Amino acid sequence: MGKAWKFGHDVDTDVIIPARYLNRSEPEHLAAHCMEDADASFAQNVREGDIIVAGKNFGCGSSREHAPLAIKAAKVKAVIAESYGRIFFRNALNIGMPILECPEAVAGIDAGDEVDVDLQSGIISNLTKGTTYQARPFPPFMQELIKVGGLIPYVKEKNKNA
Amino acid sequence: MGMTISEKILAAHAGQEQVVPGEIINAKLDLVLANDVTGPVAIQEFAKLGVDKVFDPEKIALVADHFTPNKDIASAEQCKILRDFAKAQGIKFFWDTGTVGIEHCLLPEQGVVLPGDLIIGADSHTCTYGALGAFSTGVGSTDCAAGMATGEAWFRVPESIKFVFNGSQFQPWVSGKDLILYIIGKIGVDGARYKAMEFTGDGIRSLSMDNRLTMCNMAIEAGAKTGIIEPDEITLKYVQARAKKEYKVYKSDADASYENIYEFNSAEIPLQIAFPHLPENTKSVDEASGIKIDQIVIGSCTNGRLEDLEVVAEILKGKKVHPEVRCLIFPGTQQIYLEALRRGWIEVMIEAGAAVSTPTCGPCLGGHMGILAKGERALSTTNRNFVGRMGHPQSEVYLCNPAVAAASALKGEIVHPREVVKNG
Repeated sequence: MGKAWKFGHDVDTDVIIPARYLNRSEPEHLAAHCMEDADASFAQNVREGDIIVAGKNFGCGSSREHAPLAIKAAKVKAVIAESYGRIFFRNALNIGMPILECPEAVAGIDAGDEVDVDLQSGIISNLTKGTTYQARPFPPFMQELIKVGGLIPYVKEKNKNA
Repeated sequence: MGMTISEKILAAHAGQEQVVPGEIINAKLDLVLANDVTGPVAIQEFAKLGVDKVFDPEKIALVADHFTPNKDIASAEQCKILRDFAKAQGIKFFWDTGTVGIEHCLLPEQGVVLPGDLIIGADSHTCTYGALGAFSTGVGSTDCAAGMATGEAWFRVPESIKFVFNGSQFQPWVSGKDLILYIIGKIGVDGARYKAMEFTGDGIRSLSMDNRLTMCNMAIEAGAKTGIIEPDEITLKYVQARAKKEYKVYKSDADASYENIYEFNSAEIPLQIAFPHLPENTKSVDEASGIKIDQIVIGSCTNGRLEDLEVVAEILKGKKVHPEVRCLIFPGTQQIYLEALRRGWIEVMIEAGAAVSTPTCGPCLGGHMGILAKGERALSTTNRNFVGRMGHPQSEVYLCNPAVAAASALKGEIVHPREVVKNG
């Protein structure tokens, strides 16, 4: 359970982690500047288990994997958005950063609401408002990728069986 | 049913006769690309795979172009990771300071990316190579690591959207940059999310390779997986002079299916300006005229090619950059830089009061070599105008083509090139 941080449409990877911080790639460095150009208070105030809630096309722009890495390192439990930029979507699955697509939940969650997410079932609960939502299911291949924890364990497993 | 050029390339690399949109395939890669920002993370992930060697040292390109020449100690350390890996793995296509260019200008120029290729690159503008009739898309570092190890990647076959430009006559100074900004203005920054954008029509066929590369480069700014153009005589003339290996030309079938088809009249498209803070915020240059500018940036993987520099030199010749404007020019590669120098264009630029730099991605992403202060405004030929993209979160970036950038550099405000060029 955590607090919802709400953002708008088209949140790009440049505001998730500005390029001026890409001269290093350690997770704690990225976490310290996560979402800095969208909300400068985010990195100081985010707590483990908090949820990012955003509009359409979250993570558009640059391919920098530093973006989902920064969110993961900030200990955000999941991102819930109406839709995702395609490279960010792929990167998040590949590194095991939970993301959910659910326009209804985005509409029904306000900033500061207490929200919990069951990553197995995709059920999103807004505890403040007493509402629940079902995130869109991922295609079977992506579910498999999520289940094993991302692309590196997936490829290792595949190589082992080859 | 027929297939699009994108579907044909994906099918061929997956060893299938046919693919359909939505299908998830595993496909063999012709090239895997990374740079000095995404490469070190990919190399770190590669190490976790427990594989000693890359799948093929001749099918990997590592390009140290973003924070080079090394901008600070931290980026020097990142670059060193890339250099050490390239050396240890015997990577054939590794470019460093002195020979390096901006990756998406460099790889087509060097004949490393060719028609019919399937390419992934840990850089979102990898979609540029679609201009050669390749299927090429941006990925993150982990996909890149897996690609370097296995020579394969998974793809969801994208739906294709066709953009037809009718008529080979354009308004004066209009370029590939204006066409792609115009499209993004129409469909929005997620208008082609997950899709392949196929550009066609006699308008596209009349464009030079430099202009086609600019168009495909910005397909990602509409959210697309790739931008692609069927090879024609112009493409083949370009690649025949530089191809490092064999290639194959694919074309869309007449009965291929498209999710949507947009038709435009080439002659109706005016010069474009994208206002902050999204590339979709486009207006005609006349609607933007008079906006004061602190910095002009000309270059990048979008507009750092020879024809871009040619039009800039033509406009700057014999004139002076406005005293309150900093005009920065970045040739895309060393070869482009040298050719511009031999043709006297670099001299024209320096005499006009512009700063000309060695190739680097530097200012485009707010890395180095031209960062904006709070409240400053840039007009740039680059590809993104997001919040803080070129420096302080309270700075602004406007996007345009090289002719508009050069003309505006002279005036200190956004102007149509006809304002500074006789008979323009």
